Amino acid sequence: MRPVHYWRCLLGIVEREALRFVNQRGRFISALVRPLVWLLIFATGFHFVLGVSIIPPYRTYVPYEVYIAPGLLGMIQLFQGMQSSLSMVYDREMGSMRTLLVSPLPRWYLLVGKLLAGVIVSVLQAYVFLAIAWFWEIEPPAIGYITVLPALILSGMMLGALGLLLSSAIRQLENFAGVMNFVIFPMFFASSALYPLWRVQEASLPLYYICNLNPFTHAVELIRFALYGEVDWVSAAAVVAALLVFMSLAIYGYDPGRGMMLRRAAAAE
Amino acid sequence: MSFSLNQAVFACRLPLLAALAAVTAGAARADTILVSNEKGNSITVLDAALKVIKTVPVGQRPRGIVLSKDGHTLYICASDDNEIEQLDLDDYTMKPPLPSGADPENFALHPDGRHLYVANEDNSLVTIVDIEQRRVVGEISVGVEPEGMGISPDGKWVVNTSETTNMAHFISNATHEVVANVLVDTRPRRAVWTADGKEVWVSSEIGGSVSIIDPETHKITHKITFAVPSVPKEAVQAVGIAITKDRKLAFVALGPANRVAVVDARTYEVTKYLLVGQRVWNLAFNRDESRLYTTNGVSNDISEIDVPNLRVLQSVPVGAEPWGVVVRP
Repeated sequence: MRPVHYWRCLLGIVEREALRFVNQRGRFISALVRPLVWLLIFATGFHFVLGVSIIPPYRTYVPYEVYIAPGLLGMIQLFQGMQSSLSMVYDREMGSMRTLLVSPLPRWYLLVGKLLAGVIVSVLQAYVFLAIAWFWEIEPPAIGYITVLPALILSGMMLGALGLLLSSAIRQLENFAGVMNFVIFPMFFASSALYPLWRVQEASLPLYYICNLNPFTHAVELIRFALYGEVDWVSAAAVVAALLVFMSLAIYGYDPGRGMMLRRAAAAE
Repeated sequence: MSFSLNQAVFACRLPLLAALAAVTAGAARADTILVSNEKGNSITVLDAALKVIKTVPVGQRPRGIVLSKDGHTLYICASDDNEIEQLDLDDYTMKPPLPSGADPENFALHPDGRHLYVANEDNSLVTIVDIEQRRVVGEISVGVEPEGMGISPDGKWVVNTSETTNMAHFISNATHEVVANVLVDTRPRRAVWTADGKEVWVSSEIGGSVSIIDPETHKITHKITFAVPSVPKEAVQAVGIAITKDRKLAFVALGPANRVAVVDARTYEVTKYLLVGQRVWNLAFNRDESRLYTTNGVSNDISEIDVPNLRVLQSVPVGAEPWGVVVRP
């Protein structure tokens, strides 16, 4: 295998993901509508929730819309990560995954390729959201639009890796509703996406600890600081650590000789 | 020879421009922001980056503050000490205080730089103080609880507002007589002249409005009202006013609405509300009017507004209950 083969394979995976995304216009629109609904309806209802305290990276009082924007970027990436894992389950059910799995390239490489393809799509979605949000006065400094890119890539990879890990464990498409209930909603609500953690700490200390352990909280904080040209190193480290753990487990899970694929095959017999 | 000289001039030009830009920026950076803390009994001194340089203890309940004409002295209404204090801004020492009459809340400096017009909240008087002689040179009876003081740019007219009488009193400086009383909305606070002397803007705290008065006819020509989305109407209380010299923009502090309204000063339309700290009270521009500073009495901080871009840049803590703010260039 020469590098050109790796490259060609990666392009193939990315192209497939991009095609899937572009062709499913409904998916593109719903991926955007979801955070916009939160921004325009939910945030309007909670307009007065904040404005009583200044927390970093903000240097002054911010309306609630501005506070939840990074959380909604995280939400876009969380859903994209899960969508991507959904497509893996779909591919496996429909048999098209075999085309990929018979490739002579190493399995980990295929998974990383799949991950990167998903991240590219999620970063694009995030920027489209930021462009629309600008009209609702969510105006981070100009530099923030550049500095947020590495944060979006890193958090997108971490959430995508989580999606891959889940897809290796999900047997059927129908189980995806369970993922919504047991992964997406708890991760999203037990995080700093919708409310600052000092508020959570006031209300419930155990929940505060859970929020702090939630990798999604760190993805959101990483994005929040990056959007204002700053780096939250603790969150960056937490996101990288979570990425490594999820990806290793996903690679293990997809390993034909070991892991869950084998167990699943055994269960099917 | 001339060629090389030209080259040298050209080579010099860029660094020269850069140096010039640095000097201009340096001039902007040299601003000092001074804030009176009503509860903290102090003056907070901040640099242009809004870093607190110093906190100077002063008399009881400092409220109105005004910069002397030469910019070297800060006059402070020490309301509960019944005097006006003088803070030397070069070495931050106190100079001998000035008399003020009882309970001075707010005052204005006459364009001559020598006379202060003080509103004595408790005894319905405007007291005129000669700074050089350090004595009271006149008293004018006005309505109940006088507060706002505005002196016309030509120095001929003084406008005082009285909180309880709900009037703006026009006082002739030649005779020290009240020549007209203009009824405005409930609890008038500030009276601010436009730089061209053609209008007086009077804010009403309870009324939540700003009345624009023609100083020649003493008639209200316009009234600005405010409606901040998702803020109860009673929380919208107009207090501090700042109008740019070119009369294009005006800013009105809306008290417990925690917003500063941006007004097109030509059409009197409110174009935007900017979120700042709690109970925003008084406003002050820097010299080139690129920045506006607000005192936020309940959240104990001041906010900095980028005037050309109409954005709040930052809010930083000062002392307890910040009230007045001035910028020393």
